[in-house]
Amino acid sequence: MQRIGVFVCHCGSNISATVDVEKVAQMSLLEPGVVHAEDYQYMCSEAGQARITEAVKEKKLTGIVVCSCSPRMHETTFRNAAERAGINPYMVEIANIREHCSWIHKNIEEGTEKAIILARAAIAKVTLNAPLKPGESRVTKRALVIGGGIAGIQTALDIAEAGYEVDIVEKTPSIGGRMSQLDKTFPTLDCSACILTPKMVEASAHDKINIYTYSEVDQVSGFVGDFTVDIRKKARSINMDKCTGCGVCSEKCPSKKISSEFNRGLGKRSAVYTPFAQAIPNVPVIDRENCIKFKTGKCGICEKVCQAGAVDYTQEDEIITEKYGAIVVATGFDTIKLDDFDEYAYNQSKDVITSLELERVMNAAGPTKGHLERLSDGKAPKNMVFIQCVGSRDVTCRGKVYCSKICCMYTAKHAMLIRDKYPDVNVTVFYIDVRTPGKNFDEFYRRAVEEYGVNYVKGQVGKVAPQANGQLLVQAVDLLDNKQILMEADMVVLATAIEPEAGVRKIATMLTASIDTNNFLTEAHPKLRPVESPTAGVFLSGVCQGPKDIPETVAQAGSAAVKAIGLLAKEKLMTNPCTAKSDELLCNGCSTCANVCPYGAITYEDREVNDHGIREVRRIAVVNNALCQGCGACTVTCPSGAMDLQGFSNRQIIAEVDAICR
Amino acid sequence: MSITAKTEFKPKIVAFCCNWCSYAGADLAGSSRLSYPADVKIIRVPCSCRVNPMFVLRAFEKGADGVILCGCHPGDCHYSTGNYYTRRRMTLLFSMLDYIGVEQGRTRVEWVSAAEGVKFSTTMNEFVEKIHSLGENVRLGDLRCRN
Amino acid sequence: MQELVKRASELLADGSVARVLGWKAGDLPYNPEPAYFENEEQLRSFVYNGFCGANLSKYMIEASKLEGKTLVFLKPCDTYSFNQLMKEYRVDREKAWIIGVGCRGKLDIEAVKRSGIKGIESISEEDGELKIKTLYGDHSISYAEAMLERCHSCKGKEHRVYDELIGESEETNDSERFAGVTEIEAMSPEEKFAYFQKELSKCIRCNACRNVCPACSCRKCVFDSNKFDSAQKANTDSFEEKMFHIIRAFHVAGRCTDCGECSRVCPEGIPLHLFNRKFMKDIDELYGEFRAGEDAETKGPLTDFTFEDAEPGVVAERG
Repeated sequence: MQRIGVFVCHCGSNISATVDVEKVAQMSLLEPGVVHAEDYQYMCSEAGQARITEAVKEKKLTGIVVCSCSPRMHETTFRNAAERAGINPYMVEIANIREHCSWIHKNIEEGTEKAIILARAAIAKVTLNAPLKPGESRVTKRALVIGGGIAGIQTALDIAEAGYEVDIVEKTPSIGGRMSQLDKTFPTLDCSACILTPKMVEASAHDKINIYTYSEVDQVSGFVGDFTVDIRKKARSINMDKCTGCGVCSEKCPSKKISSEFNRGLGKRSAVYTPFAQAIPNVPVIDRENCIKFKTGKCGICEKVCQAGAVDYTQEDEIITEKYGAIVVATGFDTIKLDDFDEYAYNQSKDVITSLELERVMNAAGPTKGHLERLSDGKAPKNMVFIQCVGSRDVTCRGKVYCSKICCMYTAKHAMLIRDKYPDVNVTVFYIDVRTPGKNFDEFYRRAVEEYGVNYVKGQVGKVAPQANGQLLVQAVDLLDNKQILMEADMVVLATAIEPEAGVRKIATMLTASIDTNNFLTEAHPKLRPVESPTAGVFLSGVCQGPKDIPETVAQAGSAAVKAIGLLAKEKLMTNPCTAKSDELLCNGCSTCANVCPYGAITYEDREVNDHGIREVRRIAVVNNALCQGCGACTVTCPSGAMDLQGFSNRQIIAEVDAICR
Repeated sequence: MSITAKTEFKPKIVAFCCNWCSYAGADLAGSSRLSYPADVKIIRVPCSCRVNPMFVLRAFEKGADGVILCGCHPGDCHYSTGNYYTRRRMTLLFSMLDYIGVEQGRTRVEWVSAAEGVKFSTTMNEFVEKIHSLGENVRLGDLRCRN
Repeated sequence: MQELVKRASELLADGSVARVLGWKAGDLPYNPEPAYFENEEQLRSFVYNGFCGANLSKYMIEASKLEGKTLVFLKPCDTYSFNQLMKEYRVDREKAWIIGVGCRGKLDIEAVKRSGIKGIESISEEDGELKIKTLYGDHSISYAEAMLERCHSCKGKEHRVYDELIGESEETNDSERFAGVTEIEAMSPEEKFAYFQKELSKCIRCNACRNVCPACSCRKCVFDSNKFDSAQKANTDSFEEKMFHIIRAFHVAGRCTDCGECSRVCPEGIPLHLFNRKFMKDIDELYGEFRAGEDAETKGPLTDFTFEDAEPGVVAERG
């Protein structure tokens, strides 16, 4: 039988003004198990806590009920006091008689009656409390960053600078990501490669950073502080230790007509290739699907011309298993497919391009060597039309309901750069709204309009129709002048919505990180924990969490790194002891609980049990305490009641229900 | 005087609130001094998905006149998916209660965020009013009494 | 039936299976019961007729723990239960040799008795008619008229899981599955309550429904454990007594295959399937059509969700 002490706080007059605290203490004494009750001015004060510890010692209390403010306020305070007094901190329950009682009721009789009932419920619950002990788990002092774009690079650099080992896994042959495809960056117009390349070099040269390019995460198991990850290093067919990066293989490769991913399909590459000149590592890969040697067995030119002897057709995918304490997701984005947007004639005309394709066109290393020209006939355009929100803020199910956030700014940038370099080109931008919050952003946009004479028209484009003469007929509406517009353009640029990189859902599933309907990873708290996933030990960096520009991405990459460093700096992790627990004698092994667990914390093992003399091997649910966050979803789905939640057990909650309804 | 006082219906109402949103919302209602009837007694649970339909039935069987569940808004669950399960479970349970003739108004689910102290208080006021209009819950107490 | 016995003997003889799970004749012409057969001798009492309604899937939970394979005869609708049990890792597919047996609807002796036939000595089936010899002379009744309630909303003649098939099946579906539920839904709260109070008051808590139900197959029922303070055997007016059927129905919601065994075995004739079907109807309407046991993989509706699911308020809205 428990010996329970009840401590009723006046909270100055916050509680005692509308609750007869003395009476609450008196009435509590009538409850079974209660051997001590008192009221005091401020239970949370040092003197108040001392009264608790004294009473514990004097009356040999085993459980404590504090009738006070919300447990969200002082539960920890009173748990610590209990621990100091020598009893388990989880033998404390709080009856919230301030926020849920004295502050909202005016009538003292009513308030007192309710406070007595709330105390009764807490007493009933604490009677069934059991001592709980937080578990400890170790921390592997190594971080994994998934994605090698600017977000991943920055996160890795920051973690590495703090002295921890970091691995970057990048699925393409080089790190650099989307930023490496950009020409100039807003609002400063500095060259993207000029600011990115030094970061790439720094990351690759850092002795704490290890980069796996052309690699993917295959499997993740474990939990915060102790993840085990299988990384698939895809067969590069080039020995990275031998290759000198001379580029002769790409040059001599006879299979040269392959659409270049890096140039968004606007240029060609060979079957053995490095995606771009500044690629890191500067080691090509053989694209086996397009390689003549792999397709027919003949050819083998690259092997012959390679003086370093680095070409190795026999390479196979390699699985590397590594342990990590923290994982940062930095998988980035892509532009959406435009197949459902026939009205813009993207698939019909080569002169209708996306903004990201325009970046390649304007880049000196791009398919046109940086000359602005029509991709159909190479002619210099005279009239260019930019269409905003293609697939963004779109409620028709074809596109995305959200704002892609970066388009207004990069379109202003494109318009400005074109007007600057080619003053005779007319640039018209059709927009729904121009959104330019951000440091120096609105100034930037205004320069495009005021100094560079870009023609901004509020209105949407209904149709882009390719004409026989090669022109594009743009039908639009000007909402401010309320008139139809019909204009001819030489090129149309679509500010295409961005979406999380394909494959992020698979990664989220492996990490049991939650993901929203748009495939953006969900943060633990939208305001207060924006770079953490609800899954402990998983952090979010860059656009995988939501649309962002480069400065925001870098800032978030830094905060994700700080969170990861904070975790890696710990020697041990204390786990929440209010976790689910399965009773092996009641468990059916039906897997229903595992189906609803958001953390993958439940596994099954075949275990020999002794059920009242019957010894048999049964499939039993086992909860991993380090993974379980204690939501209780499993406990309700379990038909036999085998799964229960410590600290919020079925019997405890039922005791509260009974006490309230008595 | 005492006769009217004694026969006055004082409903018993159990409110299950998730720790992260609704319990905090109730705290906010408290600190904002947004009053609601003392008939409502809150039980803290980690997540609305911790609420077993058996708890709801238990409350009714023990004499509760109304049971309300509050959790984070769909999409905002601290445990990411808990309230989605709650939503299905409670929809089915409430439908079953309706099916056996228990008045619909005695059960309710409301999503209340930590910032919605006003919503918490309004919801509770409405709910208590509804229970007052329905009167004492006798049905689940005598589901198996022979006529 | 001879074909079933012949095949069972063969499989026993060549060691493919260690035992046979089927039905054996009872002491009355209409009460065959589930039984194990381990040799040809025992197989002599094997029967398969219109009264073999018993769903043998649940017995496979225990049979899965035995040495060797068990040959089990499953009717089309029994295979749904088997699949569901497989989904829940309660039966071992490897331990079962499933012979899908033909079914043309199973019979309900209560339906026969309701038509006023008493003192039954023997029953035989001929061309869609039941010929019944009784102490008071011969009777006949149409097969369909004597069918179990569940067979009137037959799930179809397809076996969802089997190793081999013997015999022809027929779909006997001749009524709207949810008609009974719809009828109650249309009542006023007072009428609904009166209806269920009357029905549930008949319950003697014999646990036959629980024991026969393939979904209700927990090693230990919550009502027998102390996990919920729900087992208060001494207290006649307890939580368990009142809430048993609602909780039971909730526990099998999304898992119940509508096999109808609960209603078939209830000695008090409580239409227990009306609880289960209410959940099924709601699930179908709210979350898309779902049939537990159709396969052994699909997630159950209560362990799944969509972001757009209806709010619980829908119960009040739809009236």
